[in-house]
Amino acid sequence: MKSFEDFMAVNGANLTVGKGEIVAVIGPNGAGKTTLFNLITGALKRDRGKIVFKNEDISQLPPYEICKKGISRSYQIVNIFPRLTVFENAQVAVLSHQRMSSSLFRPAQSIAVKETRSILESVGLLEKEKSIAGSLSHGDQKILEIAVALGNEPELLILDEPTAGMSPEETLAAIELIKRLAQMRGLTILFCEHDMDIVFSIAQSIMVMSHGQTIIQGSLQEVRGNKEVQEAYLGGE
Amino acid sequence: MYKNIVYSKWFVVVAAIFIVLFILPLFVPRFFVYILALIYVTSLLAMSLNMVVGHGGLFQFHHGVFYGVGAYAVALMLTKSSMPMWIGFIAGPIAAAITGLIIGWFCVRLTRLYFGMLQISLGSLIWAIVFRWYKFTGGDDGIHGIPMPSLLSSLNNSYYFILIILVICLILMYMILRSPFGSTLQAIRDNSQRCEAVGINVRRYQLGGIVVATFFAGVAGVLFVVLERSVFAEMLFWVLSLEIFIMCLLGGWFTFAGPILGAAITVALRTFVGKYTEYWTLILGIMLILVIFFLPEGVMGFFQGLFKPGMKEAAERGK
Repeated sequence: MKSFEDFMAVNGANLTVGKGEIVAVIGPNGAGKTTLFNLITGALKRDRGKIVFKNEDISQLPPYEICKKGISRSYQIVNIFPRLTVFENAQVAVLSHQRMSSSLFRPAQSIAVKETRSILESVGLLEKEKSIAGSLSHGDQKILEIAVALGNEPELLILDEPTAGMSPEETLAAIELIKRLAQMRGLTILFCEHDMDIVFSIAQSIMVMSHGQTIIQGSLQEVRGNKEVQEAYLGGE
Repeated sequence: MYKNIVYSKWFVVVAAIFIVLFILPLFVPRFFVYILALIYVTSLLAMSLNMVVGHGGLFQFHHGVFYGVGAYAVALMLTKSSMPMWIGFIAGPIAAAITGLIIGWFCVRLTRLYFGMLQISLGSLIWAIVFRWYKFTGGDDGIHGIPMPSLLSSLNNSYYFILIILVICLILMYMILRSPFGSTLQAIRDNSQRCEAVGINVRRYQLGGIVVATFFAGVAGVLFVVLERSVFAEMLFWVLSLEIFIMCLLGGWFTFAGPILGAAITVALRTFVGKYTEYWTLILGIMLILVIFFLPEGVMGFFQGLFKPGMKEAAERGK
């Protein structure tokens, strides 16, 4: 569904994600995981190589066009709209998805309310819909990250360390949430994560990166059994 | 959906204020009627700037240009053309919006301070043209004795006209800021990178915001002509733009009505303190310093913070 070749900071990365799959990207700090995601979503321009989504080359498109094709992402460092309410945060994405953002004289309060509420409900933030996003706890902000990304009804959801900075309880809840979302919405999910337990409990396939290069992409067993990966990353396992 | 607003207590308070403002000219001396009308014009100008500064997060450093273009457009139409007067009144805001579109088209390609610097340069270009082109614009003399329709001949009538237009504009601005366009603009202010990632063409929306804001600045320019019957090149000078910016900061740039308060404070200071000393800006400066230190969200923002818990915290975390 998607392939990459030859990047600079990311150099020689190859990744294929099939429809409905949950794929994890792992690798040590600085391996280029976030850079890879930035390239896919158009936040960075690639120098060489190709990014193909649904048989279409998207490597030259600006981020907002890529989003419209059906790719949404959440960020490693919380990246929400801090002065808007939780509801408004998710609504911005829903309005954009429904091509309603440029409507000038209709009150936003009355548009896309059902869709926005249902997203907030599915991630469990509905009770906090009136809170100002910037005043939420870090864990809730990370969940809101995902909620905003869901507003565009993506086919491919990219999660950059969805549980970074969360407490153990929050992490467990977030894992459950991601599993549930994948099932309920039939999402294709691409994520990266440092916590190996999380990776092995969610992912169906894993791509291992190091120094911007793909070492291997394969099933959990294949990755576990790979000598190079064991040496480079999984340590003494 | 606006129904519940009509029944809220705030609506009653605001309506009461406007009713008082409507009957005020019957009781106060002419001079105060004039000052109030000037405050309305300045308020509309500051509000229009705040649409892009406070709600859009753009460094709109030279907003005065659009005010001046609106005023000059109507002044030139009324003095140099034989077209019906109402066309001149409409020409003001449209000329301002077109200027906004052209200048904005270049500026949105840059961000933050660079955006502001480019706007000052392009705006100053227009100022220089107005200032130098004696034959057409009257240069630094400006244009005086602009004819007005007989309906607007008395000060009280002008006062009512300005107040009614102000109310209409405020309602329109309120609707725009509460619309999907308005909330998208505020989302861009909060986080433009994330907006791109949810499928929003940030530059296009910023340009749209500038056009809307400059349109209202043009309306303010027309109202200035209605009140003063003259225009000056200073309206397009960067000093005035800075003053409007200060009004937004003073009143509270994340609030809807804050700039009105800022405009009222500035105009009152200039009128009443300016009478005694030309250094009235010194007091304005001290006030601004105090506001920045103690009420970083502006005067109105401070009071809003008392009613809306969480906002202050959000602002601090937002940084």
